[in-house]
Amino acid sequence: MTTDPAKTEPAVGAGAQQTAPQKVRFYQTGTHTVGNRLLDDAQRTVQASMDRSNAITSGHRACQGCGEALGARYALDAAMMATEGQLIAVNATGCLEVFTTPYPETSWQIPWLHSLFGNAPAVATGVAAALRVKGRDNVRVVAQGGDGGTVDIGFGCLSGMFERNDDVLYICYDNEAYMNTGVQRSSATPPAARTATTPALGDEPGNVFGTGKNLPLIAMAHNIPYVATASVADLHDLERKVTKAMGIHGARYIHIMVPCPLGWGAASNDTMKLARLAVQSGIFPLFEAEHGEVKAVQKIRRKVPVADYLKPQKRFAHLFKGEGDVARLAAIQRMADANIKRFGLLDGEDR
Amino acid sequence: MLKQTEGSQAVAEAVALSRPEVVCAYPITPQTHIVEGVGALVKAGTLKNCEFINVESEFAALSVAIGSSAAGARTYTATASQGLLFMAEAVYNAAGLGLPIVMTVGNRAIGAPINIWNDQTDSMALKDSGWIQLHAETNQEAADLHIQAFRLAEMLSCPVMVCMDGFILTHAYERVDIPTQEEVDAFLPPFEPVQVVDPAEPYSIGAMVGPDAFTEVRYLAHHKQLRALDLIPEIAEDFEARFGRKSGGLLHTYRTEGADTIVVALGSVNGTIKDVIDAMRDDGHKIGCVAVCSFRPFPLEALRDALHDALRIVCVEKSLAIGIGGVLASAVRMSLRRLYREVFTVVAGLGGRPITRASLRDVFERAEAEALDDVTFLDLNWEVVNAHLARAREVRKSGPIAENILKAMHGEEGAEIEEAEAGE
Ligand SMILES: Cc1ncc(C[n+]2csc(CCOP(=O)(O)OP(=O)(O)O)c2C)c(N)n1
Ligand code: SF4
Ligand SMILES: [Mg+2]
Repeated sequence: MTTDPAKTEPAVGAGAQQTAPQKVRFYQTGTHTVGNRLLDDAQRTVQASMDRSNAITSGHRACQGCGEALGARYALDAAMMATEGQLIAVNATGCLEVFTTPYPETSWQIPWLHSLFGNAPAVATGVAAALRVKGRDNVRVVAQGGDGGTVDIGFGCLSGMFERNDDVLYICYDNEAYMNTGVQRSSATPPAARTATTPALGDEPGNVFGTGKNLPLIAMAHNIPYVATASVADLHDLERKVTKAMGIHGARYIHIMVPCPLGWGAASNDTMKLARLAVQSGIFPLFEAEHGEVKAVQKIRRKVPVADYLKPQKRFAHLFKGEGDVARLAAIQRMADANIKRFGLLDGEDR
Repeated sequence: MLKQTEGSQAVAEAVALSRPEVVCAYPITPQTHIVEGVGALVKAGTLKNCEFINVESEFAALSVAIGSSAAGARTYTATASQGLLFMAEAVYNAAGLGLPIVMTVGNRAIGAPINIWNDQTDSMALKDSGWIQLHAETNQEAADLHIQAFRLAEMLSCPVMVCMDGFILTHAYERVDIPTQEEVDAFLPPFEPVQVVDPAEPYSIGAMVGPDAFTEVRYLAHHKQLRALDLIPEIAEDFEARFGRKSGGLLHTYRTEGADTIVVALGSVNGTIKDVIDAMRDDGHKIGCVAVCSFRPFPLEALRDALHDALRIVCVEKSLAIGIGGVLASAVRMSLRRLYREVFTVVAGLGGRPITRASLRDVFERAEAEALDDVTFLDLNWEVVNAHLARAREVRKSGPIAENILKAMHGEEGAEIEEAEAGE
């Protein structure tokens, strides 16, 4: 926030860069959140660096434990680092946009542009075109949106941006529903999840099975240079993927899973735990693809049953009522197992 | 240089002379030839330093334009009809963000029933979006207005829509004087944005604004248009001084001296109206006309001055505000507030129906005799309408209106009409 001068650097003059080192207090030493001073420099997160860019400063209005705020900060700081601060961000409407810019304040320390809910990829194409025509090829563009803004309403513009191979990194923060409008189903909402439009009522409470779309795979089908999934469960990996993406030109896509305590009915301090369980159960596979081909996956170290991931979330509470919804739990387990098989997530299981 | 050329080509050349840096294209009749023309000039290397982007929809076209304009590039696109409505959300957004994009609208009807021909329902639907709307009367004026539009848009940091009647202008071959690059460069300075997304000076554009400040932001958008009321005539005067011809401005009057009846209209139909006025003047009728060039901002005062001495006004409108009548007439009435003048609406030319001199003369004479309804539909086929109404009263499952009307008018051979729709 720019309102409390004590918390921010003094205003810098035009031309100066906001990447100037910002004094960071290591108030969470020993966790993955800010960085671990016990690690050697190369292994530390961008956030652990004294000269991290702090693309989104403190004071924004996200809920406590918001995975999207966390993911966006790590992603953009890594992109800032990779571009030496020469970065412009375009944002779709959604939680990230709303909680970072409560008028007249802004958390963004980088040039930031919000137009509409469904057009962020196209707006980013325009920014990139302007930079190209002005000969400012060193300035790079990131576009970002929630799952709704990406897989649903912004899908046409995203596919167009991919198909033209425009020089944009698009990042989707997937919290598996339309959170900003009060938790409605999107086509990224998983089966059985309760949302405001898939209520936990009737014989089969929550979202239906057999629907939804997998955008990372659809992105790959465009043959773009780079597609990756990432999670706030592994911030090193997330930073690495963003850094890698910024080293490539053309259309790139990173799909980040970001738990939402409010929408998922989870405890604020369970965000990291849930993100990790999603990865470790196989529900959310971490992989990288280049030009349509999977090039790397992150192996599951210790496989956990999907029930471990689902149970702490109130949106799945109906699956655990009484005897438990054995059949539908098994169906979700089958989805995780299919991911494990498809991407070869367990050692000894070849793809 | 004088040449015989298609309206769309003339506009494409005028746009290219304005040195746009980003042009977004998506096809829709009757605008398509314009972006094709600009694209060819880029591809041939005539228009240098320009990114020509083929997008996947009109919504994307204007969204790309929003991004490039916000990043400081002079930006142009064009659309029509369904395309304009498809981008409607971005139309408001571009204006709300104050981005000086110039867009041509090749005016065309809106479906259903789908119709590719000319009327002005499309730009009327977006009249209150915050864009300046300039209507061209001829192809020369259409070309000239684009050069003026970039200067106006960039002076105000406000988007400008140049409206030109589909087919009647876009596809008509006429003599057009295309200026030289040096002349245009002297008239149109390079784009100096008032805001730009740039790491050298980072700020947030497009943040949420609540009830505490929204009214002020909106007032300032209105204020821009009020300033445009001064700038539009200034720019037109400077244009005339440099290029030696009148183009643009708020409105043009024609034979309004001593006129009891004044016709008001937008766009190319003014040509036909002037012919009718000449003929009626020859026969002793006191009649003249006003072509409104700037529909947004609407020149209330200038129009009031132009209409002041008339007894009655006839608005010839190529659009229909369904449920009330005339869009233009409502604005004309507002310009005449506290003056008692009869204002008639004549809805004409919908979906490309020809507006003939004979039909216009007939309504003008009926207006003179005060024998005109408030809202008149020029050349409406009452027989067909009444037959349909009767049928609909009798049969519950009366079927689709458009089909029924075609059958009634053409027997079972409605097919010949459908054939012409192939170009949509
Ligand atoms: C065209 C349009 N439709 C609907 C909305 C309402 N809307 C704003 S944000 C939002 C939900 C955003 O969901 P998502 O993209 O998943 O982001 P999240 O808030 O979950 O991070 C919706 C539906 C809008 N602003 N514009
Ligand atoms: S609703 Fe969810 S995504 Fe939105 S701010 Fe809260 S935790 Fe974050
Ligand atoms: Mg979401």
